[in-house]
Amino acid sequence: MEQAPPDLERQWQPAPLEPLGHTDAGLQAAVGEEAEGSRDEVPGDGTEHALGLGVLMTENNFGLKKIEISVSEAEKRTGRNAMNMQETYTAYLIETRSVEHTDGQSVLTDSLWRRYSEFELLRNYLLVYYPHIVVPPLPEKRAEFVWHKLSADNMDPDFVERRRIGLENFLLRVASHPILCRDKIFYLFLTQEGNWKETVNETGFQLKADSRLKALNATFRVKNPDKRFTELKHYSDELQSVISHLLRVRARVADRLYGVYKVHGNYGRVFSEWSAIEKEMGDGLQSAGHHMDVYASSIDDILEDEEHYADQLKEYLFYAEALRAVCRKHELMQYDLEMAAQDLASKKQQCEELATGTVRTFSLKGMTTKLFGQETPEQREARIKVLEEQINEGEQQLKSKNLEGREFVKNAWADIERFKEQKNHDLKEALISYAVMQISMCKKGIQVWTNAKECFSKM
Amino acid sequence: MSGGPPKGLPSTGPHSLLDMPHPLAGSSSEEAVGGDSTPSPDLLMARSFGDKDLILPNGGTPAGTSSPASSSSLLNRLQLDDDIDGETRDLFVTVDDPKKHVCTMETYITYRITTKSTRVEFDLPEYSVRRRYQDFDWLRNKLEESQPTHLIPPLPEKFVVKGVVDRFSEEFVETRRKALDKFLKRITDHPVLSFNEHFNVFLTAKDLNAYKRQGMALLSRVGESVKHVTGGYKLRSRPLEFAAIGDYLDTFALKLGTIDRIAQRIIKEEIEYLVELREYGPVYSTWSALEGELAEPLEGVSACIGNCSTALEELTDDMTEDFLPVLREYILYSDSMKSVLKKRDQVQAEYEAKLEAVALRKEDRPKVPADVEKCQDRMECFNADLKADMERWQSNKRQDFRQLLMGMADKNIQYYEKCLMAWESIIPLLQEKPEANGSPLVFIPWWSL
Repeated sequence: MEQAPPDLERQWQPAPLEPLGHTDAGLQAAVGEEAEGSRDEVPGDGTEHALGLGVLMTENNFGLKKIEISVSEAEKRTGRNAMNMQETYTAYLIETRSVEHTDGQSVLTDSLWRRYSEFELLRNYLLVYYPHIVVPPLPEKRAEFVWHKLSADNMDPDFVERRRIGLENFLLRVASHPILCRDKIFYLFLTQEGNWKETVNETGFQLKADSRLKALNATFRVKNPDKRFTELKHYSDELQSVISHLLRVRARVADRLYGVYKVHGNYGRVFSEWSAIEKEMGDGLQSAGHHMDVYASSIDDILEDEEHYADQLKEYLFYAEALRAVCRKHELMQYDLEMAAQDLASKKQQCEELATGTVRTFSLKGMTTKLFGQETPEQREARIKVLEEQINEGEQQLKSKNLEGREFVKNAWADIERFKEQKNHDLKEALISYAVMQISMCKKGIQVWTNAKECFSKM
Repeated sequence: MSGGPPKGLPSTGPHSLLDMPHPLAGSSSEEAVGGDSTPSPDLLMARSFGDKDLILPNGGTPAGTSSPASSSSLLNRLQLDDDIDGETRDLFVTVDDPKKHVCTMETYITYRITTKSTRVEFDLPEYSVRRRYQDFDWLRNKLEESQPTHLIPPLPEKFVVKGVVDRFSEEFVETRRKALDKFLKRITDHPVLSFNEHFNVFLTAKDLNAYKRQGMALLSRVGESVKHVTGGYKLRSRPLEFAAIGDYLDTFALKLGTIDRIAQRIIKEEIEYLVELREYGPVYSTWSALEGELAEPLEGVSACIGNCSTALEELTDDMTEDFLPVLREYILYSDSMKSVLKKRDQVQAEYEAKLEAVALRKEDRPKVPADVEKCQDRMECFNADLKADMERWQSNKRQDFRQLLMGMADKNIQYYEKCLMAWESIIPLLQEKPEANGSPLVFIPWWSL
């Protein structure tokens, strides 16, 4: 199983000095001054991505231009599927704007509609051609970790809205990745509406994909994988498990919190009714009841904001799978290497035995020789020659496999470092914004109850 | 007609309803309790607000849970009463120091009752006795018997309905103590009831049981006259103000019942929320153990959620112990008030019947027989007592609920303030920059390629 070599057709430029580490400073500088709401520079993060900016190859091949990508609309469509049956799906409008370097103005350059399956196709393609990259994940296909208010229906407007944001996020991640942003298929995804699917399929990437079975086999049988990848694999398993757990419990917490707030709405009604039979107490009760209604309805916005936090966690949940994919690729390559080395060693031994006449290893030829008589020296010579050729070839292959393997490890690990920085930065930001949400919720609560208390004091 | 002549205070004896000002009417400086404080009938709503009207988020029915506890505003009430009555208090009663007694036949709790008074009815300036719940129950029955024209405050429930609650748990005992304290203080505040002889004995006697046994043999003379009014008389027309009171109490009890259910439901939801929070926080800790740079922030979030959980638990405990019981007390109060109203109706009915009987007899019209006059007196006294007590009750109720609801708001504010503090304190932790560990790779800008 060989790694597809960088294809000049797919990438605009060979980039021998590719910055394999952080996306950071250069991109940062490129978008820096024009960025609104400047954030602290953290190297190797997706800051530019968070600002909605990325880079793309210019048409004239002379370097990268700054772009803005947005998935601005979602539309329900009906069409016919592969089996000529009517189906309903959602299409998303992708708009690409080129940002002028000097004045920061943006100009709409491309605008087309894509559906989720096309995004999936793009990603699968990227997975095959960039196995050493932690490829950004797509938003979930079906709504999971729902709490009772959220619909699990794919057509539900809230789900579609959140998916729209998730898809935009995906594109921005790709566009701000130093290597992925250069990919031609990605470029075409943003610019060529018709015929794109055919173009992707023509690359034949599906054929190049490693079979799942092969990968599984390699995982079990590999003897000497790079320790770092083994550790990384464990980490991604644990990360996936803990984030899943977190999302599940958070959904339950949201459910309960919703219940607490909503029941308070009943106070509004009963205070109002009670106030009708009271003289002095009436006004205070009535206005307090109003505040209880405000309190009860405040939870909807609060929980909607929290969904955004859940989505940020989900992205990293899915990123764990992308990490694992890179580890799997390494194991596959390593296993392949080990098998090749093993094969070469056995051939060498065979050759040696033939040359010296000692039989230490079992071979069919040896057996038949024993059974049917000795072979002629000419026959033996011929066999040795064949073997020597094979050994030569094998040594070449082993050398190149070794080289490939080391290249892979180096490149992959560089991207993993970049990813780690990005992850730490993003998750910190997510936690901060979660804390800010909680603070806002507490302040609202204090406000409402203080108002209610004042009303009660006037009873 | 009240049991025992109240000394030192104007008598609520036989005067015309119209020209006798109640000693306490118009004496309040803060509340405008003057004139007719009962609402007109057209303001009353007879709508019921049953369980099915309760709007619940998950479409479920509210579960009933027993609610012990009582108000925590007694200290305030004590001081405010001074202002309301406009007179110096000369009787102070406190319930405290619950103790468990284990005997062969039973186990029970007694409470210490401390009395301080300058009143002449008390031989000593200070008393300290021990009483158990059944003594309070006895007292209340005696008061109802001997002061049938007055509203007697309620006792906390005798039996613990749900077997889950432990009769000897600290929370239950404390809750009950507060309620018993409130009960005695309400009597103490009452210008007529506080002079009742049974009340006096309750506060002072070393051996209450002996007095109880003695009391069984005698029937209170006063109570007799009212008790022996049978239900045989039909009421012609209830005076507007008493009809209004009745309607008011009906709706009031209904609304309180609904509030009680809502409050219970909220506590239930909060407890379930708490259960989830207690699982939620630790997951961040588990995650923290996997990470390097994120370890501290995640651990911080975990601790923060833990603090919020504790704050929530305090809130639910407070609401259970302090809020719910007061609601239930007032529901009981209105129930007992309704039965007093019924008795009043009976007295009026008897009077009217007798009057009618006289009218039918062809005797000397102008001279009204003595026993009819007595009936009229009885009715008028009853009306006056009840009216005065209602006003006093309304005023106290307003105060009690103001404090109760403000207390509820306060507890919620405190809960949110605790959570706010927790979250605000971890923001700096989350924003901390990590120490530089290793130099980033050398970068070559692409556009220069």
